[in-house]
Amino acid sequence: MGRLRTITRRTFLIGSAAIAGGVVFGTYLAKRPIKNPLLTDLQDGEAAITPYVKIDANGVTLITPRADKGQGAYSMQARLIAEELDIDPASAILSPGLPGPAYYNGAVMEESVPFPAYDQSTMAETVRKFMHVPAKLFSMQMTGGSSTVPDGFVKLRMAGAIARETLKEAATLKSGIARDQLKTEDGSVVLPDGSRLAYTDLASTAASIEPITDVELRPKSDWKFLGKPMPRIDMPAKCTGTEQYGIDLVFDGMVHAAVRANPGLGAKVKSYDASVAESMRGVQKVLPINNGVAVIADNTWRAWRAADAVDIQWAAGPYPGTTDEIFSEIEKVVDSDEHRDHRQRDEGDVEAVLEEGEYFEAVYKVPYLAHAPMEPMNAIVKVTDDRCEIWTGTQIPLFVRDHAADLSGLDKDRVFVYVQAMGGSFGHKLEDTHVLQAVEIALAMKGTAVKLVWSREEDMTHDYLRPGAIAKGRGRVADGKVDAFDLSVGQSALMADWFGRLMGMTIPGPDATITTGSWDQPFAIPNYRVTGYRAPTMVPISSWRSVGASGNGFFHDSLLDELIYEAGADPLAERIRLCLDDTSRKVLEKVGEISGWDGPSISENRGRGVAFCLSFGVPAAIVTEVTHNGAGIKIDKVFVVVDVGEVLDPINLEAQVFGGVIFGMAHAMNCETTFENHAAMQDNYHAFEGMRLYQVPEFEVVALSNAKKIRGIGEPGVPPAAPSLGNAIFAATGQRIRELPFNKHIDFL
Amino acid sequence: MQITVNDTSYTIDVEPEMPLLWVLREELGITGPKYGCGIAQCGACTVHVNGYAVRSCQLAIGDLGNSSVKTIEGLGTPDSLHIVQEAWIEHQVAQCGYCQSGQIMQAASLLSTNPDPSDDQIDAAMSGNLCRCGTYPRIRAVVKAAAKKLQGS
Repeated sequence: MGRLRTITRRTFLIGSAAIAGGVVFGTYLAKRPIKNPLLTDLQDGEAAITPYVKIDANGVTLITPRADKGQGAYSMQARLIAEELDIDPASAILSPGLPGPAYYNGAVMEESVPFPAYDQSTMAETVRKFMHVPAKLFSMQMTGGSSTVPDGFVKLRMAGAIARETLKEAATLKSGIARDQLKTEDGSVVLPDGSRLAYTDLASTAASIEPITDVELRPKSDWKFLGKPMPRIDMPAKCTGTEQYGIDLVFDGMVHAAVRANPGLGAKVKSYDASVAESMRGVQKVLPINNGVAVIADNTWRAWRAADAVDIQWAAGPYPGTTDEIFSEIEKVVDSDEHRDHRQRDEGDVEAVLEEGEYFEAVYKVPYLAHAPMEPMNAIVKVTDDRCEIWTGTQIPLFVRDHAADLSGLDKDRVFVYVQAMGGSFGHKLEDTHVLQAVEIALAMKGTAVKLVWSREEDMTHDYLRPGAIAKGRGRVADGKVDAFDLSVGQSALMADWFGRLMGMTIPGPDATITTGSWDQPFAIPNYRVTGYRAPTMVPISSWRSVGASGNGFFHDSLLDELIYEAGADPLAERIRLCLDDTSRKVLEKVGEISGWDGPSISENRGRGVAFCLSFGVPAAIVTEVTHNGAGIKIDKVFVVVDVGEVLDPINLEAQVFGGVIFGMAHAMNCETTFENHAAMQDNYHAFEGMRLYQVPEFEVVALSNAKKIRGIGEPGVPPAAPSLGNAIFAATGQRIRELPFNKHIDFL
Repeated sequence: MQITVNDTSYTIDVEPEMPLLWVLREELGITGPKYGCGIAQCGACTVHVNGYAVRSCQLAIGDLGNSSVKTIEGLGTPDSLHIVQEAWIEHQVAQCGYCQSGQIMQAASLLSTNPDPSDDQIDAAMSGNLCRCGTYPRIRAVVKAAAKKLQGS
């Protein structure tokens, strides 16, 4: 497998300048080398040795095709390339590059296979490899699924190594000294006499030769940048107000647009009256767009004010009008054979054991949730007769390009997407409705750059939400142990919904996200069953930080905790006893050790809860300590242990872990998106509060490295956060809360 | 109308009800202060008016009078950092960074009036600034570290 894998990766790396080596995936398209997008656009004296490294007289540009939504992806991608290229990543120019199929994401598709992450059998691994084929065919250049590091760990270092050896070969041509006599250091090739040839001076020679692809990656012991704390490259800009986000970009002659689209998502405008808006200061035009009305003005604030002044009659949204009606549709499908979507876990004989006598039963519920990143959705678009240019923060640049091409009637290669720095996403930027609105407006303003910024209200009421879900749990205990565990989860199909928008087609077959984070947990319960039931498509839904596991983490671990209490066992000891995966068990043991676990009770009003979820291949365990002082719950301290296989930057990892846990807890405390008259009711942060500094607990984070594969850490902290808090509240108060957000039932201090 | 931002005087012609935030961002091109909510719920737009932290999304330009405005750009620059910014970089606080201009301006304002704040005072002063990435544990640590630095300077 080792050699085969290397060839495959090289084939993908080299692009059109390459040797076509790979014979891995059988189909012609999948083994055909992908064109190196940097080669189409090169000037004299520039060299693009791989799709990730471009060198000219001005310096070295590292292409970082995975979007940075705040998780430090640009810095990490640059460091992976620089580790082999021997340059200071801080001295390089970083660019997300123009989108291209060469930047497809294979790792993100690996997660969709029907094997739990702890299953690393030959069969599971083979199927995972095959998932790179559709990723490549569909040009899946996307950022998500905590996949940037696993996808780039080898790819990007290989890119750096190929570039380095090719530059050395160029130096050989110039100096006559054999390549194996040359070294590289800090952006130069170093000759045996100590003299240096800068990469920038070797660029034109390097461009004229075949890339050297027979390279080996350096062992970990030689790493200079990886495996240790490194300052993030974007940190000074972000601490001085000089980081330029999409919303900050300005062009000469640019106009500012606002939209109001139907809050009944997907429904039309019946009629509108813009007479007041048209007479307001700075307003240039009011025009209809798909499902809404746009205002063009000379300033965003004026455009918003005028948009508010348009009198619009809306058609009703194409789904049940209230939250209660929506959840009643979900409730209907749970345990209904007709709506059964999949059952990927069915061990022992759950039915028979439950029929033996009385069993434990409970219903759990999680709400719809907005993403609400701090930077609202925005895009700048300029359309001319033969070009469409788009500046926006996005996780799906190739889909944006294709959708804009369809809308504008231009060929795909006449649409240019320039990915901008993002003020958060949490999955919202996996959608492009706002970009397409800007394209529509720009088509009516040809030759003028149009900047569309959604107001916070437009953003939060036109989101593609984390799906609400209901789970019914049943179980039995025997001899102080959990003996039967049966979870039935009902939810609309998230992937089918998203793919429908992305690719104009639904994906056939089951929608794994309904039970991701439940069916795939590393426990051996004698009778163990998890079933997904598909609710109809209602309000539009999408991926929200940790996707299916965001709700399932709560369902699975809450039910497990309740059964362990039923059995009279210790919550941590019983999870450890049931755990069938060594890596996961060590994570649980470690969280017990650092939290000083000696049972769920700490003192009269204080308790602790443990929770575990394996998501995106990362086992994550949390112990949360809370106090109930009569007025409400105070979260005191949170201990988190994860295992990502290899820690590339402990400082950034810690930030992603506590950030993810806070994200999970904040929404569990007090956030939900509800509907009345088909419209989302929470339109700003006053109604979607999250966690504030005074509520933030102390954190202790430990990362283990027992796992065999390297993993990403943007999401895995989220799923166990809510159940650890719920389990802690139970330990402190005796009150078991099975519905999120918790503040419907208890106050927080 | 005349306004003074970061010690520079500007002449502007806008409606008196236009919020300071939008004057800064779109009339003057000063984009450090961010739009997050427009209703003083997130603090991303925080600037100093006469030295005090103010939500610029809620201050109508007509109400500014002769007050002087300082934005994050006026606090310090990448080449000449304010001590609070220096501490922020040392602690690697920012993730997406979008709220951090506001967080830093809020912290600088707190420390200029209270050089040695208690944990409760830090929580009270900083809890109006929302961070969706969850950088809070480092914000709490960095405000304490910046206080120490300022006392030593």
